[in-house]
Amino acid sequence: MAVTTSSKVLNNVEAVRETLYEAMKADDRTIILGEDVGNRGNVFLITKDFINEFGPERVIDTPIAEASIVGIAVGMAMEGLRPIAEIQFADFIYPAFNQIVGEAAKTRYRSNGEYTCPLVIRTPYGGGVRGALSHSVSIEALFYHVPGLKIVAPAFPADVKGLLNAAIDDPDPVLFLEHKKTYRLIKGEVPEGHYTIPLGKANVVKEGTQLTVVSYGLYVHWALEAAQQLQSEGLSVEVVDLRSIRPMDKATILSSVEKTRKLLIIHEDNKFGGIGAEISAMVAEEALFHLDAPIRRHCAPDVPAMGYALPLEEEYMSSPAEMAQAMREMVKF
Amino acid sequence: MATTITMPQLGETVTEGTVAQWLKKVGDSVEKYEAFVEVSTDKVNAEVPSPVTGVITQMLVKEGETVPTGAPIAIIDEVGAASGTNTAGTEPTQQVANAAGAPAAATPAHSGNGSSNGQRNAVDANADAALRSASPAVRKLAREHHIDIRTVSGSGANGRVTADDVLTASRMGPAAAVGQAIGVGTNFGATGAPAAMPGTPSKPPAAPPASGTSTYADPIPGTLIPLNQARRIIAERMVESKHTAPHAWSMVEIDVTNVWKWRTREKDRFERETGYKLTLLPFFMRAVVESLAAFPLMNAKFTPEGLYVNKDVNIGIAIGLSTNLVVPVIKNADKLSIKGLAIAAGELIDKARRNKLGVDDLSGGTFTVNNNGANGSWASAPIINAGQAGIVTMETVVKKPVVREDDAIAIRQMMNSCLSLDHRVVDGYVASGFLADLKKRLERMGPDGAL
Repeated sequence: MAVTTSSKVLNNVEAVRETLYEAMKADDRTIILGEDVGNRGNVFLITKDFINEFGPERVIDTPIAEASIVGIAVGMAMEGLRPIAEIQFADFIYPAFNQIVGEAAKTRYRSNGEYTCPLVIRTPYGGGVRGALSHSVSIEALFYHVPGLKIVAPAFPADVKGLLNAAIDDPDPVLFLEHKKTYRLIKGEVPEGHYTIPLGKANVVKEGTQLTVVSYGLYVHWALEAAQQLQSEGLSVEVVDLRSIRPMDKATILSSVEKTRKLLIIHEDNKFGGIGAEISAMVAEEALFHLDAPIRRHCAPDVPAMGYALPLEEEYMSSPAEMAQAMREMVKF
Repeated sequence: MATTITMPQLGETVTEGTVAQWLKKVGDSVEKYEAFVEVSTDKVNAEVPSPVTGVITQMLVKEGETVPTGAPIAIIDEVGAASGTNTAGTEPTQQVANAAGAPAAATPAHSGNGSSNGQRNAVDANADAALRSASPAVRKLAREHHIDIRTVSGSGANGRVTADDVLTASRMGPAAAVGQAIGVGTNFGATGAPAAMPGTPSKPPAAPPASGTSTYADPIPGTLIPLNQARRIIAERMVESKHTAPHAWSMVEIDVTNVWKWRTREKDRFERETGYKLTLLPFFMRAVVESLAAFPLMNAKFTPEGLYVNKDVNIGIAIGLSTNLVVPVIKNADKLSIKGLAIAAGELIDKARRNKLGVDDLSGGTFTVNNNGANGSWASAPIINAGQAGIVTMETVVKKPVVREDDAIAIRQMMNSCLSLDHRVVDGYVASGFLADLKKRLERMGPDGAL
């Protein structure tokens, strides 16, 4: 992390905007492309006025064609530019699956290291915003199986900036997931100037002794709220913010589990085959004899999508109260 | 009155058993103590006796099926009681209490019979459940700290023993852990109050040393040696026996001159032929099994229901090792000649020294012989192996001037033999008769004869 002298309070949208702006200013090779990123300034106004300052050749409005957005960006990256492609909502990423998995993630391997693909794909994901079927999904589990692809899902504004800078600097493709509900909800001190947070490093956001909770994205905030509730009940829960989904920070998870002997994984994505499954398997393989309780995953039910109706959305999403109950059961097991 | 029969625990560390063979069918009647099922574990095959007399109404486990200790395996309808309509018949036996205490029990919970035995078995079932629900972390910590999980009281959900519970038990020190074991009631029956154990510190030592500094083989003054499993079990058994069986003691002096001559004449050939040394032990054991046949009450055991006179004569031999004591058992010792006893004992002693004794080698004893004289002991007051009526010792053999019946003085080889007996089972009359019989038999042996 570079030395920074001051900081200011930003929300997650502002943190993304500031980081992109600084990247555009710092390096002419940086290109932003995606649906409505130019004249509309992005649907969340993240790139508002960028097109006026940096011009339509560096801030490119694309057709509604995700395969093209990523495909063009892969070509730019291979030929020396630093593209930051945006998928307007993660729900729309499926047409670009081939370009992400088949092209970007395999470029370095296929070219025997001659080409790399220094590409960032940013996309808002997650629910709890009445987004229904097409504006609520979590896509991380669909991509985390793929070697050659890094996946980042920060929860705090300072991590958004540090990790987005690291993603832009990284020589290989990074899928950068921004949780929509945290965009304006979560505010925090963000250091000024350029700094990076290493990809693949988790962060212990609350220390505790009786249970390790691993989460990422919006649910980190809810897990913290639940853990504070348990603190007032005299129960001590450690909360680990994964920050990077892949590479996974095994060391931080294992050292926490070895301390608390219990592991609860909380994520918004479906349970079956989710990130929690990988963490569970990793801990079972490497720390079985530290476990004093079965590993538990508190995740979304296996239904095809989050409903629009509020009761259906609430049924799909967890809550700080539900998380607290799961934590209580684990601590008292 | 239906009694649920549960899978017995065959050995200290055994948590499940396989029904190898049903010896009865549904509808067959079975006598109390009659074997009705053969159960096997990875170490042991055992025929399980029925705790009640009745008719087998259900077999809940198929042949070849493995179930946890304490799980119901059969239901026996007791003879003479209207089925399920009243409770006036025979009270459920300890097996019923066991089933009620076991978490897996699917039968309606009978109330325990209130006897110490019933409570004890219920607690044992809980202790076994504690073992089954132990997490990997608990198992690992228990191994590292030499803690028996069954002796730790659990603070987790449903009484589960947690990793912290094991660490707390370890910090409290081994003395406290034993106290706790008594409190939990592991094998201690009605006398299981922690305060009842003499010499147990009521508080843990102020500053237990770091583990691994002081061991049984290398004791360091001022330090605490953590209890290992063997020492803990020895401690439990000794306390159990001393607290439940009122010990009485008697001694006879036996002229073993002729036996000694016989043994001296045979020992070189015997060792050449078999590879085992020929000591006085098998001669003594042969006399013991003959005396037991003459005094079957000495081969009995005390139970709350009555004195059970054992059919088999299985003689335990106490063998002291550097770190603990083991008592392997020669099964059906009364069917063996002196030579057979010598070989059987030699095999067991050899196994004991190589630490190869299995559960079946160590179980089933009905009476115990302690060869105590090797280091010159002249008399000793042994502790009865719990569940037996007595233990008899062989003390050192010494040459002494003896006044014979014709008032002549002769130099003879003399050996004392001491007997501790469970006074609940036999009185002095029977015990002294047994000792006198033993003396007579040994004095008649040799100097000639075939082994």
